[in-house]
Amino acid sequence: MIAQSELPLFPRGASSFAGGVDSLFLYLLAVSAFFAGLIFLVILYSFVKYRRRQKMEIGVPIHGNMKLEAAWIAIPSFFALVMFGWGASIYINMRRAPQDTLDIYVVAKQWMWKLQQPDGRREINELHIPAGRNIRLIMASEDVIHDFFVPAFRVKQDVVPGRYTTMWFRATRPGRYRFFCSQYCGTNHAAMGGWVTVMEPAEYQAWLSGSAGEPDTAAAGAKLFQQLACISCHTGLSTGRGPVLNGLFGSKVQLADGRALVVDEAYIRQCILDPKVNIPSGYQPIMPAFQGLVTEEQILDLIAYIKSLPAPGGTAPGAALPEGPRKGAP
Amino acid sequence: MSSQAASPASTPPPLNYLNAHYGIRSWLLTTDHKRIALLYLASVTFFFILGGTFAGLIRIHLLTPRGYLVTPETYNKLFTMHGIVMIFFFLIPSIPAVLGNFLIPMMIGAKDLAFPKLNLLSWYIYNLGALFALFAIINGGVDTGWTFYTPFSSLYSNTSVAPAAIGIFITGFTSILTGLNFVVTIHTMRAPGMTWFRLPIFVWAHYATSVIFILGTPVIAITLLLVALERLFHFGFFNPALGGDPILFQHLFWFYSHPAVYIMILPAMGVVSEIIPTLSRKPLFGYPFVAAASMAIAVIGFFVWAHHMFVAGQSPYSALVFSLLSYMVAIPSAVKVFNWVATLYKGSISYDTPMLYALGFIGLFVVGGLTGLFLACLGVDVHVHDTYFVIAHFHYIMVGGAVMAYMGGLHFWWPKITGRMYPESVARVAAVILFVGFNLTFFPQFILGYLGMPRRYHNYPPEFQVFNVMSTAGASILAVGYILPMIYFIWSMRYGAVAPRNPWPGTGLEWQTPSPPPTENFEKTPVVTWEPYDFYNRPDLGLTGPEPPSPPGSGPALSPAGDD
Repeated sequence: MIAQSELPLFPRGASSFAGGVDSLFLYLLAVSAFFAGLIFLVILYSFVKYRRRQKMEIGVPIHGNMKLEAAWIAIPSFFALVMFGWGASIYINMRRAPQDTLDIYVVAKQWMWKLQQPDGRREINELHIPAGRNIRLIMASEDVIHDFFVPAFRVKQDVVPGRYTTMWFRATRPGRYRFFCSQYCGTNHAAMGGWVTVMEPAEYQAWLSGSAGEPDTAAAGAKLFQQLACISCHTGLSTGRGPVLNGLFGSKVQLADGRALVVDEAYIRQCILDPKVNIPSGYQPIMPAFQGLVTEEQILDLIAYIKSLPAPGGTAPGAALPEGPRKGAP
Repeated sequence: MSSQAASPASTPPPLNYLNAHYGIRSWLLTTDHKRIALLYLASVTFFFILGGTFAGLIRIHLLTPRGYLVTPETYNKLFTMHGIVMIFFFLIPSIPAVLGNFLIPMMIGAKDLAFPKLNLLSWYIYNLGALFALFAIINGGVDTGWTFYTPFSSLYSNTSVAPAAIGIFITGFTSILTGLNFVVTIHTMRAPGMTWFRLPIFVWAHYATSVIFILGTPVIAITLLLVALERLFHFGFFNPALGGDPILFQHLFWFYSHPAVYIMILPAMGVVSEIIPTLSRKPLFGYPFVAAASMAIAVIGFFVWAHHMFVAGQSPYSALVFSLLSYMVAIPSAVKVFNWVATLYKGSISYDTPMLYALGFIGLFVVGGLTGLFLACLGVDVHVHDTYFVIAHFHYIMVGGAVMAYMGGLHFWWPKITGRMYPESVARVAAVILFVGFNLTFFPQFILGYLGMPRRYHNYPPEFQVFNVMSTAGASILAVGYILPMIYFIWSMRYGAVAPRNPWPGTGLEWQTPSPPPTENFEKTPVVTWEPYDFYNRPDLGLTGPEPPSPPGSGPALSPAGDD
């Protein structure tokens, strides 16, 4: 989407979705052009051929034709079903992220985007990603509904306050591409955009390693863990009043009401904001709700800290390793 | 409006609904459905001009990528108020409350609607709601978009959201009461012989519209009330911090607002279904299919709302269901188009202005409808959702469809409403200007949308400028197309040729009363013995057929119909 000198008619495509979406779009365009052309031709033909020649003449009294009615119910229905099926398969693919994604945390607020690399490096209204790698965005909003839209990737997803929404894509072509907020969010909605920079993987690694001195989100989370007095119950010992958090991320927890859930970002977020919803088996519902006391960014710091805690018997899963089981897209 | 200028040329009945009473009280306290229709005409025309002015300012502002005309705050208020005014105060009432009010009793052979006082009350309720909306505009405006998405509308906006929401809430009762009035009237007050399948399609379309009015409007009323309550008293319906769900609002809002699109387009389809057979002098092709399609659209239209939420984070399975249902609702619309086109075949097609509008309607509705298939298509919608593609699509339906049909209907029934003909040649030119201006305004927006320009942007990247300039140029042509009819309609009320009772001629009952009609429509209750749009067996219309028409011997005695 870099400024082009000639008249742009079709957007550049730079993701693994772009080709499929464009093919489907062209199919829709072809079917539409065929039917519209047919209708316009018949109208124009009739308009000229059957124009009124004498002031008082009437038309031929034709009342209808069942075969024609059946045909123009059945034929468009067939084309419509193809459109539905094709569109549905692309959509399902867009909604089901693969397992090996590079996870980027995104926080939207009026009127800026904060994007965080797996190693904690943060950017504002800029996103650097490697080409050829599956990228998953885990997105939260601090205030109203926003929407992350990259035209060149043909993807968009609303960012809804009160929950995480996710989207995924794989950029195929290095370059700089605009992203927009496409859900109206107030005064500076139009200014709430930026650039996605797609880099060759090696280039991306070099860019990442140049990020010394960036804030360590897990460390920030550890500090919050002290400040919010989480540590007084989550002591890290099985004798504490709260569950041990070491190695928790990605594991399966048994809840008091019989459900079993895999611990992911959305689970931890809900446990912080509204702990009464998911009470782990064997614990009392004594944790206070932190709704309104922590920002979405602070929650991400806490998640990074919890992810960084070493598992009881082994090494830390590490915030930099993005592989985590997930419950599927919300 | 009381331009009952002396017209000695013809022999109109001494009294008609316009000159039966004089004075402002006779208008403000009237229970005559025809006078109430004219009251609505005045109200909705005012709001059309207001909404059109907002649109003009938006288009001027978007001439340059940086947008120098107004501040971002003002721009957001402009598009919000353009939407609120045009949808709730112009498009929804336009055809039903003006043409429907005027014509439905006459088309079914009744003296008035079933509840004439309720009809007048509806107009006052409309104006009460309109006052709240005007207050919201004068009090600094609203910046939420006409969609009022939460939690922006309920918590974050610092503008007059509550007055606007209350205004829409109040005006909703106009829709409910008018729908109720139409349904009862159509069920109970049809003239002898006016069976359901002899009803003009215009009446079927309004019956379907009325069902949506009655079932859908309470939902938007409640939803906006919830927004106002959350805003004023901090109830936690939609605010996640209070345990609410912002997506719940979208479900409730679109449960009404998608059917509301059919409220706007179904009456327009009814108008076109009158103009095309009458000005082709042929029976409407596939009458029962066209009638049934209206009802199918009204019913299925209630089950497609979540196609506005494919990227809102809903379950992919529910997205699949709503995509499929959206394709289903497209089929009845396609059936209507094919039947209209087939009606033209071997007709005696007039080039009179209403026909130009009707054909323009089909062309634009086809484009609007087909691009709806793109938006119903899940994989493509993700890309074009909330872009100018959507703006172009719904303006093709709402302006290209509903407003073109409204204009066509006004021309078609103007002789009946005022007793005067509009000037034909100027009107044809205006219709062509409107069509050209419309396409130049909105077609470039499809391209902008696929290129990725999001909606509701007060400035935009420079590569989008070419299409924005085209669109603004088109809007200026479009404005000429609207201003011309306003001038010559007013002109014709005094200087237009005196209209005969049946100028086209048409087969419906509304053409059998004098132009303009007397207060109670008919001298005596008509008896219907003919099929709709049957020119072939109607020697009373004075037309000549391909063969000599067989004498039915039953058509009511009429004065010979003149053409033009």
